[in-house]
Amino acid sequence: MTTLTKEAGAPSPADAGAFLSVRDLHVSFKTEDGIVRAVDGLSFDVQRGKTLGIVGESGSGKSVTNLTILGLHNPMFTTVEGEILLDGQELTTARESDLEKLRGNKVAMIFQDPLTALSPYYTVGRQIAEPYMKHMGASKKVAWARAVEMLGKVGIPNPKERAKDYPHQFSGGMRQRAMIAMALVCDPDLLIADEPTTALDVTVQAQILDLLKDLQQEFGSGIVFITHDLGVIADMADDIMVMYAGNAVERGTTNEVLRSPQHPYTWGLLNSMPRLDSDLGAPLAPIPGAPPSLLNPPSGCRFHPRCTFQDRVGGTRCVTERPLLAPDRASACHLTADQKRSIFIEEIKPRLG
Amino acid sequence: MLRFLVRRFLGAIVILFLLSIVTFLLFFGMPRDPGLLMCGKTCNPTSLANIHHVLGLDKPITTQYWIFLKNLVMGSNGFAQGPCPAPCFGYSYHTNDQVWATLIDRLPTTISLTLGGAFFFLLIGLGTGLLAAWKRGTLIDKTATAGAMVLSSMQIYFLGPLALALLVYQTHLFDKPAYNNFTANPVSWFSGLIIPWVVLSTIFAAQYTRMARSAMIEQLQEEHVRTAKAKGMSRRYVFFRYAWRGSLIPIVTIFGIDLGALLGGAIITEYTFSLPGLGNLAVQAVFFSDLPLLLGVMIFSATMILLFNIIVDACYAFIDPRVRLA
Repeated sequence: MTTLTKEAGAPSPADAGAFLSVRDLHVSFKTEDGIVRAVDGLSFDVQRGKTLGIVGESGSGKSVTNLTILGLHNPMFTTVEGEILLDGQELTTARESDLEKLRGNKVAMIFQDPLTALSPYYTVGRQIAEPYMKHMGASKKVAWARAVEMLGKVGIPNPKERAKDYPHQFSGGMRQRAMIAMALVCDPDLLIADEPTTALDVTVQAQILDLLKDLQQEFGSGIVFITHDLGVIADMADDIMVMYAGNAVERGTTNEVLRSPQHPYTWGLLNSMPRLDSDLGAPLAPIPGAPPSLLNPPSGCRFHPRCTFQDRVGGTRCVTERPLLAPDRASACHLTADQKRSIFIEEIKPRLG
Repeated sequence: MLRFLVRRFLGAIVILFLLSIVTFLLFFGMPRDPGLLMCGKTCNPTSLANIHHVLGLDKPITTQYWIFLKNLVMGSNGFAQGPCPAPCFGYSYHTNDQVWATLIDRLPTTISLTLGGAFFFLLIGLGTGLLAAWKRGTLIDKTATAGAMVLSSMQIYFLGPLALALLVYQTHLFDKPAYNNFTANPVSWFSGLIIPWVVLSTIFAAQYTRMARSAMIEQLQEEHVRTAKAKGMSRRYVFFRYAWRGSLIPIVTIFGIDLGALLGGAIITEYTFSLPGLGNLAVQAVFFSDLPLLLGVMIFSATMILLFNIIVDACYAFIDPRVRLA
């Protein structure tokens, strides 16, 4: 299982089993308006063969974290602090040429929109074959055969012919399959899937999720699965990390986080999910307010301007003191453990049905 | 592809047809009588009427236009100066030369100027633009961007005489610009055109630098370029295979238009350096109200621009597979 980490901000030696461990990661961008702290003290681990789901609203720092792992941020405007250890290798200080050898090889990425993420100018087969030639030193012919094989594996009918097609000749679901084939062509140990099903319709979404799970069984890769869809995460992940405004606010196993969530933000996320069996007239319950600007984040707990449970904490702690995320199963909130439990059982759970 | 080309060519013919009508009408809207220019000092109403009759200017304008079209397609033996095979634009009012023969005679100059200039401005312009995009944000980038900005706001009629004064007349580093036949003497062809090429390419290169840089920077931020990086392709590979391929579309578009326009006559450049090309011919035609010559130059230039537009559209299909099926 994915080991959940020690306290945020406290770097510790990588756990023996963790393939990827991120320690106290800070990522900030210089913009014309000032410095945006997109990720602010984030730690987590992922093990081979397991799936970590990262959930959060747009702009919570999910994607930035994962682009930073592969060094795909723009170094001109970005400052990265903290540690990213991949199989014992430190990535934040690694040379570009070393990162190149990792990308697509040990760590591969699947992006959200396969139409824009695949080049319109080259055939699908070529785009899949390229990393295989680069990382495995394979000849064009061998790499092409491998690309055809991968296309077959991800369930594209008649892969031999379809490999010669361009991405625009594929349907949305097939493009995402091709994208997955491209990511898995070199048997990566870690797969980062950045909202891989968001751009797809629901039936195709289920197929893609099944495909990912099957392939994980076969290849034994660890997966970091980024999404804002709790339904998808329930299906995919072994562990969940909930992110808000550049921080992890709650983490635990999928069961723990979804069955007995502790953080008001997680409650809000669960609450705002539409349900098929609710009354037709029942209004959706969005989290009030909007995610904060990371140019000038709120003091104390970053969720406090939107939190309806502030008064239960008492005093001004929520505004002045930033709650820390304890090790393992934990949530970063000033409510006491008893309060969290009783509020969830008495006030939140009934509404979830 | 064939259907596309046929459709485009038919469209181009319609445009040329309309253009010739507009030119005809504009010419007769001018407050000058071309007959008067030919009539000379001893002009009297009888000789003027005679000239009008010889030039066909006494016929109604629709008849004149019809004759013009007929001559263009079928040629004519009705000219006093001699036979005029198709495509017949008639004989120049001013020089009495056959217009089509004059165009053909001036064409090598314009082609030499255009192709040489294009070679230099593509090489320098795109090279600098790519370098600036590769080194984005560095001193090299800033220098290239600033330099391109200054040069693209220059004018040929300023740079041209300046280059002539400094490089030819004062220091004698280069030959005086002139057109010498390439087949007769390639060396003097080259040395005669080098200054016009450099001046022409300086201004164009600056535009291509800015265009190539911005197109590359835009492409480098595309998601598919990021994907290519994410699968471990080297920076150089991503730059030249992925980003450059996407940048080609805007560059080819502008290049096609520029090349067509230049082949129709680089008026200012040719005039500045007194090169006997189509641009100079256009100036001459306007100056002497020389309708046959004017129509010839106009239609030739327009044909070039339309032709290169079609070539550009055909190029899209090679660059972007998404265009191929449509």
